[in-house]
Amino acid sequence: MPTNADNTNAPRSIVSIADLSKEEILSLIRLAAYFEERPNSKLLDGKVVATLFFEPSTRTRLSFETAVNRLGGRIIGFSDPAATSTSKGETLKDTIKMVANYADLIVMRHYLEGAARYASEITEVPIINAGDGAHQHPSQTMLDLYSIYKTQDRLDDITVTMVGDLKYGRTVHSLLMALSHFRAKFNFVACDELRMPEEFRLFCDRNGIEYHESKDFSPEVIADTDILYMTRVQRERFTDLMEYERVKDLYNLEASMLDAAKDSMRVLHPLPRVNEIAQDVDDSPKAYYFQQAKNGLYARQAMICTALGMDIRI
Amino acid sequence: MESKNKELAVAALRNGTVIDHIPSSALFKAVDLLGIEKLGVSVTIGNNLESKRLGHKGIIKVADTEFPPEVLSRIAIIAPSAVINTIRDYEVVKKEPVSLPDEITGLVVCDNPKCVSRNQPIPSRFEVIDRENVALRCHYCEHELRGDAIILK
Repeated sequence: MPTNADNTNAPRSIVSIADLSKEEILSLIRLAAYFEERPNSKLLDGKVVATLFFEPSTRTRLSFETAVNRLGGRIIGFSDPAATSTSKGETLKDTIKMVANYADLIVMRHYLEGAARYASEITEVPIINAGDGAHQHPSQTMLDLYSIYKTQDRLDDITVTMVGDLKYGRTVHSLLMALSHFRAKFNFVACDELRMPEEFRLFCDRNGIEYHESKDFSPEVIADTDILYMTRVQRERFTDLMEYERVKDLYNLEASMLDAAKDSMRVLHPLPRVNEIAQDVDDSPKAYYFQQAKNGLYARQAMICTALGMDIRI
Repeated sequence: MESKNKELAVAALRNGTVIDHIPSSALFKAVDLLGIEKLGVSVTIGNNLESKRLGHKGIIKVADTEFPPEVLSRIAIIAPSAVINTIRDYEVVKKEPVSLPDEITGLVVCDNPKCVSRNQPIPSRFEVIDRENVALRCHYCEHELRGDAIILK
């Protein structure tokens, strides 16, 4: 039987997926699997977790708050900064310093990029970044990794095809960096305007990661894929609306395109989806995006306990 | 060094600092960075001088002043090719290229308008990721800056 809450590890902030070593990622995966078996416990009994949402994100907030509640912790915080001193012009530093007096852990989402890193440097209380602008969202990456692990039974040597908005989609960038520990291969499928940025292509080159780029989203690309990671192509990302009209339907997935795919292949999407995955895909056994979102609960429970420095022996 | 520049018709320095091999385009930024305007000592500034290495170069001679290393390392951001000569009693006692520090704080503006350093009262902070080609990465938002994207405050 596992013994819990020895508190022998140092508390630590989780700001960026790049802060986590391969071993730390694997440890979080094992812990997520543990919590999937036992989502309810009293591990956080007596702990107060602050959820500070400087921009609204109902999905992420509910997932974090459910994670805390199921572990028996208490929650303080806000879901809308309009009702806080931030709207009176209080600095981020002052808000964090104030909340750090009350909470054992701060989960924060902010519209400014780097806000969580800054917060983690002005308080001893560990910070979990629940998204800072277009920058990092490590709990999304952890739930993606956990979903890959669950569906493929491994993280090593996975072929991932990323489709849609590869330029602005932070989820694809973070996943790419996390999978660099695990000899992944990538197919990047996007139009010119939303191509994988140069800094990430250079990252692949530097780390010896094999990748192929393609503008055509075809069943052939899908055929050798283990994970098909779909993202939404957003109209507001385009400077040229004619270009948007031209490409908006080129990166949509339909059930018929999955015929040639491996049986073990799974379709992931960070959600919300609009029309980039047709409704008929939902009935395919290869559709995994709803379970993927549920995995977020366990991944976040693992991150919360790790940030608090709890030693949970599995 | 001093003898070569006699043809520039500028007085030789008895004591002070000569910053040489500054790209012409960066000369006045370098003047600004060193805070020369506020110094009460004699200063000679030359620009668009012929240079074998750079084509055209700028040079700054500041009398009776030796700059601390952290000030000189700022020059490396805009003029990585610059060379610092320290003059004592008409002799060049030290001649060394500028070198970038590992970290640059409060000097460069992050080019990401959504970076926390642009929107909260905190100094910008960059890690130097490529000394040779001068590339910086924002400590906060991790945007990488190179070349013209590096804008001094």
